Amino acid sequence: MSRPFRHRARWALLAGLLLSACTVEKAPQTAATPDASFAPLKTPLGQVAGMRRLTEAQYRNSIADIFGPDIKVAGRFEPIVRPVHELIATGASASTISPAGLEQFDAMARNIAAQVFAPDRRAQFMPCAPRDAAAPDADCAARTLMPIGRYLFRRPMTQEEIGAFVMMAGKGAGDGQGFYDGMQLALAAMLVSPQFLYIIESAEPDPEAPGSLRLDNHARAARLSYLLWNTTPNEALLRAADEGKLTDPAQLAAIAQKMVRSPRLEDGVRAFFADMLLFEKFDEMAKDQIVYPRFNPDVASALSEQMLRMIVDQLVTRQGDYRDLFTTRRTFINRALGPLYQAKVSSMQGWVPYEFADGDDRAGLLGQAGFLALYSHSGRSSPTLRGRAIRELLLCQPVPNPPGNVNFTAVQDVGNKAMPTARIRLNAHNSDPVCAACHKITDPLGLPLERFDGIGAFRRTENDAPIDTAGVFEGTAFQGNVGLGQALAASKSTTECVAGRAFQYATGRMPEDEEATAMALEQGFAADGYRIQALFLRVATMADAYRVSTPPLAKPQVAMMTSPHIREGDRP
Amino acid sequence: MSFTLDRRTALRGMVNGMAVAVGLPLLDIFLDGNGTAMAATGAPMPIRFGTWFWGLGVNPPRWFPSAAGKDYELKVELASIEALKHKVNILGDFTLPLDGKPNLPHISGGIGIRTGMAIDSDRGLPGPSFDVSIGDVIGTRTRFRSIELSATGDPRNSLSGRGNGNLNPAEVSPAALYTRLFGAGFHDPNSATFTPDPAVMARRSVLSGVSDQRQALEARLGAADRQRLDQYFTSLRQLENQLDVQLTKPAPMQACIVPPKVPDLPVNAEIENVMRNHEIMTDLLVMAMACDNVRLFNMNFNNGASSLTRVGSTITHHQLTHEEVLDNRLGYQPEVTFYVDKCMEAWTYFIKAMDAVKEGDRTLLDNSLVFAHSETEFAKFHTIDNIPMMTAGSAGGRIHTGQYITGDGSPVSRVGLTLQQAMGVPVDRWGTGSLETNKIIPGLIV
Repeated sequence: MSRPFRHRARWALLAGLLLSACTVEKAPQTAATPDASFAPLKTPLGQVAGMRRLTEAQYRNSIADIFGPDIKVAGRFEPIVRPVHELIATGASASTISPAGLEQFDAMARNIAAQVFAPDRRAQFMPCAPRDAAAPDADCAARTLMPIGRYLFRRPMTQEEIGAFVMMAGKGAGDGQGFYDGMQLALAAMLVSPQFLYIIESAEPDPEAPGSLRLDNHARAARLSYLLWNTTPNEALLRAADEGKLTDPAQLAAIAQKMVRSPRLEDGVRAFFADMLLFEKFDEMAKDQIVYPRFNPDVASALSEQMLRMIVDQLVTRQGDYRDLFTTRRTFINRALGPLYQAKVSSMQGWVPYEFADGDDRAGLLGQAGFLALYSHSGRSSPTLRGRAIRELLLCQPVPNPPGNVNFTAVQDVGNKAMPTARIRLNAHNSDPVCAACHKITDPLGLPLERFDGIGAFRRTENDAPIDTAGVFEGTAFQGNVGLGQALAASKSTTECVAGRAFQYATGRMPEDEEATAMALEQGFAADGYRIQALFLRVATMADAYRVSTPPLAKPQVAMMTSPHIREGDRP
Repeated sequence: MSFTLDRRTALRGMVNGMAVAVGLPLLDIFLDGNGTAMAATGAPMPIRFGTWFWGLGVNPPRWFPSAAGKDYELKVELASIEALKHKVNILGDFTLPLDGKPNLPHISGGIGIRTGMAIDSDRGLPGPSFDVSIGDVIGTRTRFRSIELSATGDPRNSLSGRGNGNLNPAEVSPAALYTRLFGAGFHDPNSATFTPDPAVMARRSVLSGVSDQRQALEARLGAADRQRLDQYFTSLRQLENQLDVQLTKPAPMQACIVPPKVPDLPVNAEIENVMRNHEIMTDLLVMAMACDNVRLFNMNFNNGASSLTRVGSTITHHQLTHEEVLDNRLGYQPEVTFYVDKCMEAWTYFIKAMDAVKEGDRTLLDNSLVFAHSETEFAKFHTIDNIPMMTAGSAGGRIHTGQYITGDGSPVSRVGLTLQQAMGVPVDRWGTGSLETNKIIPGLIV
């Protein structure tokens, strides 16, 4: 009797702090049950405007936030297909769940449910005790499942949903299985429900524009939370949605502003750049041990982390200008990366800040070994792959695929004394005009990085010949990585690209008028001094992103969605 | 006696050469004389279908037989299938017209063969792959509707799915595959007793509870999302079905022996690891079919733009195909050909493992139809006409075997159409654009 109350008291204390303090945010959200969550959803659910599958990180973060970080999520996640030149976030809005994928989600769900209702943990999540642990108890089941469902579905459950899950708990408790077995089953069912596995964005009539729709309050809460923190909405956000605050532009802006200032923004920024820079490719990266004896699994796993730490430091911690990401000399290294950067780090130190000396060609995002290694072959560097990645990922300028019938003889002969460097070999290769068309786009951006080898280690020569690092971008000639970084920093394409990506990332779709949206966002981004928080805030609050373009469903279908359990008077 | 030996042979690969004690079988009595039906129930033996994919093609002059017909000549790159040549068909000279769409290197070929569609841009499968349509016919009464496998450790390495963002991800770890196939939930079909597991019954009712929520959600959806939701509920229905199967006493299966556990092994693109993982996965899959837990599979040996490597080589299989010089004296790229040979060695292992399982006086391979193909003809130039393809097994007598069949430049979609018809899919026209066809390959179907 006293336990739940103690938790509830703790909750009252937490709720006020949730938006700003990060340490308590890590506590399970369902550790106690605020009274607000006892109410089923009062309004009928609206038309679905979008369905995005949870990514692996979002699933893990959601479970950790809802049930606590000690709950283990064990299993393999069905990968979301990345559409070419787009984000995993846009792939998620087209992704379905295969039988094998669902089988995995089902196994994970049962495992999580068993942990939550294990004897030593269950009291944490229950506001009541069953009258008889060996029998169903609909009342206690409902009181326990309602707040949990509210977190999992990112909105209060409907009366029908509550009824259905309570019935499952009852059935599962029958036949002498006991109350808690039933609760496990009901929770497992919630965890495989499409309402959890998909972020379902639902819409409501827009009073500002009669006849059209806008995202409703709870869809907005999820949008904000997954965009800015890469996790499920917390209690404060859900409550703001319950109270209808998120359809009010001023209140939406105030809440988004608080979220952007939270240390949890780091998680959101990490997830965004990992998506934008194709970090899933790190999982498949292979380097030859004989060519690169310094390369090992510790180095491999440190490469992506180094890039993310550098990005977070520049953009979040220091609230720096996005353009400076391409020129900053500040990064972080650990012991595994020490030899690659010719610096000593003891294993005691972990990750330490590191600053490249003036005059060092190593600066900015492109000077990070992770980028240089990812866009190289397993045994050597590749100006073409690097140049293509810069065009496609950082400038949003897709490069066509190579033609089918290509003669690679000149490029492949790395041992040819007459053509010792990649630049010379590529020049020979480009005597073919079909090839030259694309290499003209890619190579001038990749060749300046040639002083870094296939794992991103510095070198002055290739096959004893000096490396020429001259490059050209948008009509400006420069030298080396430092010059390239300055050229990118000076280009509108760079900032337009990240602004457009942020919109796609937030909405899971390409803007209808892509160029206009990206340009408008870029202008705002510029006015804000190219601060990433400001960009995210802009994307999170722009009215355009919440407007729903899908035509309303036909009338009879709308009628069907009204729950028979909701009385006429409850309708808005 | 020979029966026992075959089964020992089949089992040996599963534990990497460790000696295994195998209980003597008592189950011949379950089959009728010729192995086409089970004596106990009179039900016909299950017919299985599967695909076996390898990336980056072959050296065509060293692989394709010189002349079409029966008793074809085996070229050097196919020499390893010698013992099973009479159970294998070679298919060549089919084309993949793209109707002006780009040839997306290493992508257009495999997807074109599986879906009968030329794709515009790489957004995954543009429609259902034909193995999925076959699964809708043959895969509904087993614990698993299909099993997808990738020996190179990449779950995205799969050409199977229903399109629209749906891709059946591949299992990459032999140890995880073992758990999935033979861990909790597996019932030995030859066990004398059967007690339905109450936990399974409870889960089954939970899943149908989730199914019940379909209508409420569907009413709120536009057409595009409804299609995606349909796919979710198809997956859910299959999961329910798997549980239904677990609640029913399985029919005895003569060749089913529960294999011993497999150890955790390195999973990556290093060729010797891939060979070993492929062998273990093959043995587990074959036994899952012998136990009738699955009738449909997709085995991906390597991926399209193959990332296979070997210790001491500075570049991958894929890069080699483009960059290694054609040896003028040999007439091929020797380093690339090392990998071609490995692919064919693995294919041979696969069909031999299936053929080693006796089902009456037939074998599991005889009661199956396996379709093997690559995504390129000659990888150095990304060519997609004349992509090498094979079938193995006679699908219980529905397919003629032991011939080299040429398409004489007709669209490759004829292959997908013919195989679907052989497996009972009610389809008489398949493919889109120039790939649309209603002409099966007459010499293939009995």
